[in-house]
Amino acid sequence: MSSVATPLQTPASEAIPKSRFDARPLALMAVLALAAWPLVGSSSTWLTLTTAGLAMGMIIFITASGLTLVFGLMDVLNFGHSLFIALGAFIATSIFGWLTGWVSVSSVGHNLAAVFVAMLAAMVLAGVMGLGFERIIVRPVYGQHLKQILVTIGGAIIGEELIKVVWGPAQIPLSPPEALRGSLLLGNATVEKLRLVAVVIGVVVLLGLLYTLNRTKIGLLIRAGVQDREMVESLGYKIRRLFVGVFAAGSALAGLGGCLWGMNQQIVTPQIGGQVNVLLFIVIIIGGLGSTLGCLVGALLVGLMSNYVGFLAPKLTMFSSIGLMVAVLLWRPQGLYPVTNR
Amino acid sequence: MNATTAAVPAPMTEPLLRLAGVHTHIGAYHILHGVDFEVPAGQVTMLLGRNGAGKTTTLRTIMGLWAASQGSVTFDGQPIGGPGAGTGDASRGRRGTPEIAQLGIAYVPENMGIFSDLSVSENMLLAARAASTVDDLDAKRLEWLFGLFPALKKFWLYPAGKLSGGQKQMLAIARAMVEPRRLLLIDEPSKGLAPAIVQNLIAALRELKRTETTILLVEQNFAMAKALGDRVAVMDDGRVVHRGPMSELAEDAGLQHRLLGLSLEAHT
Repeated sequence: MSSVATPLQTPASEAIPKSRFDARPLALMAVLALAAWPLVGSSSTWLTLTTAGLAMGMIIFITASGLTLVFGLMDVLNFGHSLFIALGAFIATSIFGWLTGWVSVSSVGHNLAAVFVAMLAAMVLAGVMGLGFERIIVRPVYGQHLKQILVTIGGAIIGEELIKVVWGPAQIPLSPPEALRGSLLLGNATVEKLRLVAVVIGVVVLLGLLYTLNRTKIGLLIRAGVQDREMVESLGYKIRRLFVGVFAAGSALAGLGGCLWGMNQQIVTPQIGGQVNVLLFIVIIIGGLGSTLGCLVGALLVGLMSNYVGFLAPKLTMFSSIGLMVAVLLWRPQGLYPVTNR
Repeated sequence: MNATTAAVPAPMTEPLLRLAGVHTHIGAYHILHGVDFEVPAGQVTMLLGRNGAGKTTTLRTIMGLWAASQGSVTFDGQPIGGPGAGTGDASRGRRGTPEIAQLGIAYVPENMGIFSDLSVSENMLLAARAASTVDDLDAKRLEWLFGLFPALKKFWLYPAGKLSGGQKQMLAIARAMVEPRRLLLIDEPSKGLAPAIVQNLIAALRELKRTETTILLVEQNFAMAKALGDRVAVMDDGRVVHRGPMSELAEDAGLQHRLLGLSLEAHT
């Protein structure tokens, strides 16, 4: 093969353009936090609310990250995501029940090991259930949004009833292990220990997702599939297998999020997933459907807003998230980090 | 004349791609009405026709993106399309789009199919199925493609969505060629491009043609068709209404007018 002098020659002097990172959504978080400062009044209270909001945002991010991938890549409106959140929380109650010795002893090592086992079990079982859910519930309705909503809500209801069969209809307490209860003083701020654990896990999930999506061929295929599934198939890749894998991974992340959310709430009910589901949809719409970074920023914004409004005007907490979504969509109708071609 | 050689017919080369009696429905609409034509190996076959003649549907049917309701599509003697194509049931000659692509068929759709949020390098890496990272790409082949399309080297790490229309088209074609392919399906590459860019595109496609790449090229630009085509199939209303050497159509203004509605001004 020889090279030929042809098209689109550009002057050598012309600078190579650089792609700029869009930092404005991140600045929005800083603006929100700074705007809340004078309203809250006390600096230590503001710092406590801010750290709690960021930690809550991390838990929401873990739970919503799977949903944004499923929604973004597969174009599936999966209202059954709540089922895997509830499943993760209930599995954690069982694991903590079996590992009572590790949970009740005041040893950080044993406590973290119990949390790790609970999270692992929640992820594995939710992932396996996700495979079945995709095969039985979702696969027959690919490309049919209205049916997806109806069928996945139906699947979630059936799943909740099955949870009641296994774990009973009553709410189950899910207290964090002994050493992870209570708070730490970081400067003037009070930070719950469990939320620090959630932040660490959230960072690990974020780094894992960013590495997979940005540094591996599978991630490249997922990002491409979010934009144009048909073209990915035309390049010779079986995107259906990728769909199934992403659905299982999304369900596993929901299970992990459910496990953490359950410990955060300290009470687990079969409806725990449904209660948080609306928040998750708000987060992924704010972030831009299919965008992992958008999901993170959206979750942190919702976490911060909920904590500030929860302190200043508790009755407006839920409305504040919806109001935030409306404001963001007025600014950026496709979300903070829109995925092109959708 | 030697009697022995006279008795032996000239060797018939099997076409690389053959469509026989292909019908395609999209929903309630019957788009292709028995399309027949062949694409010989190592040549550029032009697929011409007015808007709505069924050219894009033909390419999509070959790729298995839309299933033929009747007829057959064979590639190198193997059935790849027909009723039920796209289901991926290879044992019955019904291959899905990924399996068809894996046979060595590359497709450049009318909208170019560029992944706008991915960089130029990531777009190229996606098309190289054997490569896991950009470093795995065949460096020699890449240099050849950079020779054809220098802008790709310049914008290698830049988001593909920020490229100009012409650069996107170059990326779409280069992406299809990042690994050796046996057949290249290109849908209206000159659409919406400035005349100077079209000339550049013709030069690049001529270089591909020089490497005996088999190409099935859908075009509305007759000058481009004349410059590149070895053979031509003209479609109208979902049927092939003319087949033959491109040179024959290029030299017959009356035939052009009858088949394509071209006026004499179109040649100038």
